[in-house]
Amino acid sequence: MKGWLRLFFNGGLLSYRALFAWVDPRVYIPSMLGFPLFQLLFFAYVGRAASFQDDAFYVVGNAIMTANAGAIFGTSFSVGGERWTQTLSAVLATPANRFALFVGRAVPNIANGILVSTFCFVLGCLLLDVSIGWDQVPALAVVVVVSTASCACFGLVIGSIGLRARDTVLYANLAYLAMLVFCGVNVPLDDLPGWMATIGRALPLTHGIEAGREIANGATLSDVSGLLVTEALIGCVYAGVAYGLFRLFEAEGRRRASFETY
Amino acid sequence: MRRTLSVVRSSFRFHLKATLKSSATIMFMVIVPIVYATIAFFMYRGGANEVAVVWIAVAAGIMGLWSTTLAGSGMALQRERWAGTLELLFASPPPFAAVLLGVALATSATGLYSLVATLFWGWAFFHMPLHLAHPVWFAVAVPATVLALGLFGLLLAATFILYRQTFALVNLFEYPVWLITGLLVPLSLLPGWVQPIAWLIAPTWGIKAIHAATTGGSPGGYLAAAGALALASFGAGVLCLRYFETLARRRASLSLT
Repeated sequence: MKGWLRLFFNGGLLSYRALFAWVDPRVYIPSMLGFPLFQLLFFAYVGRAASFQDDAFYVVGNAIMTANAGAIFGTSFSVGGERWTQTLSAVLATPANRFALFVGRAVPNIANGILVSTFCFVLGCLLLDVSIGWDQVPALAVVVVVSTASCACFGLVIGSIGLRARDTVLYANLAYLAMLVFCGVNVPLDDLPGWMATIGRALPLTHGIEAGREIANGATLSDVSGLLVTEALIGCVYAGVAYGLFRLFEAEGRRRASFETY
Repeated sequence: MRRTLSVVRSSFRFHLKATLKSSATIMFMVIVPIVYATIAFFMYRGGANEVAVVWIAVAAGIMGLWSTTLAGSGMALQRERWAGTLELLFASPPPFAAVLLGVALATSATGLYSLVATLFWGWAFFHMPLHLAHPVWFAVAVPATVLALGLFGLLLAATFILYRQTFALVNLFEYPVWLITGLLVPLSLLPGWVQPIAWLIAPTWGIKAIHAATTGGSPGGYLAAAGALALASFGAGVLCLRYFETLARRRASLSLT
């Protein structure tokens, strides 16, 4: 059990430090802090120009969405990056427990996502003069944690695909864009066509953002428990799919000797 | 002069072909502006202030143009560095600015895919009538803005020589320029200190010219301003390039990744 935990936490941390190319502050600050903040400001100003929603709507939506950036990109790099660095064969030759090896890589990215989301919440509220009551902060923190974990599970799916496909960054970017348009980040699901809303409900983040907005409007954690449970379940389903894909591509890679082919 | 233009043309053709070989890049050029056009469309449709759908499509296309220019020009040096060809390009007799200008113009030109994609998106999914107030001016304003973006890209690429993590800056500069050029947000809504910055950027005026050509107005003055500022960007870019080249040679840091 001790070895399992060591692999889960230490292995995850080591893979984060080694494979997440944005850890360098010269990259981290513009990419993980600057970009999400400007995204938030951009949509808030477009919202003002269109007289669509109030600023709080965009702060909550985009601050929770930015957790997704860290979780999706980080997790997909931490798994798919092994192929890029030609270390995948060595990792998969070990007898290490696959679940701890695989899911442990999501943990540091969840922590990073929470950090980025907090930064965007604070700066977004300060720059746009949005006020969210201090009483709501703990409940909002729970929403961010659940949503980020759910997004990291989705990131594991992208990372698993990266074990087989060539361009993990492309898939991670496409997933990010899909979530931006389908998950109600800047447009409520009610204002989207039915088919778009249906896709959005099957993706992580959608229910988390809805819960976050309700909490920012004064709801309690128990009021949004249904949304949070749904968000967590969606994350679990994606984690299961990701683990299945990981084992499938591992077996396929062994059979075809294609771990290091590009 | 003829030789320099020949280098620009060769560099332009080479990079245009290289970019168009990458299906992932083209997919990105098409998908990214469509995503933003879709979001902007629903925001404006749900909001109290209306804006012509055709302008949303054009604006999102220009956003794609900017993203392509930024990524292409910003990463131009880094790509050469990774390929180990940067020193060769600097050491060869033609001026490096001519090579880089060809790259910047090629990346801006490939961004036209974005504009075509968003116009098609508006027509196919939102039954947008493709009615332009001044079609001839539009046909002049679009290539002029592409040129302005390309020359502005050259300035950015020049300033990126000494910065190894250019892809991070490429990400950072995307949204701010979309904001301050007034594509989907009127400049009057932004803080007062932003406006003078916007006035100094050539693409702002090119975008004003395209807006006037699309929705009505007189684009001539805007185009003149865009042209003058684009030339200034080019001059500043060449000067920066020379300065940073000298600095990189002195430090022997040109190829360091």
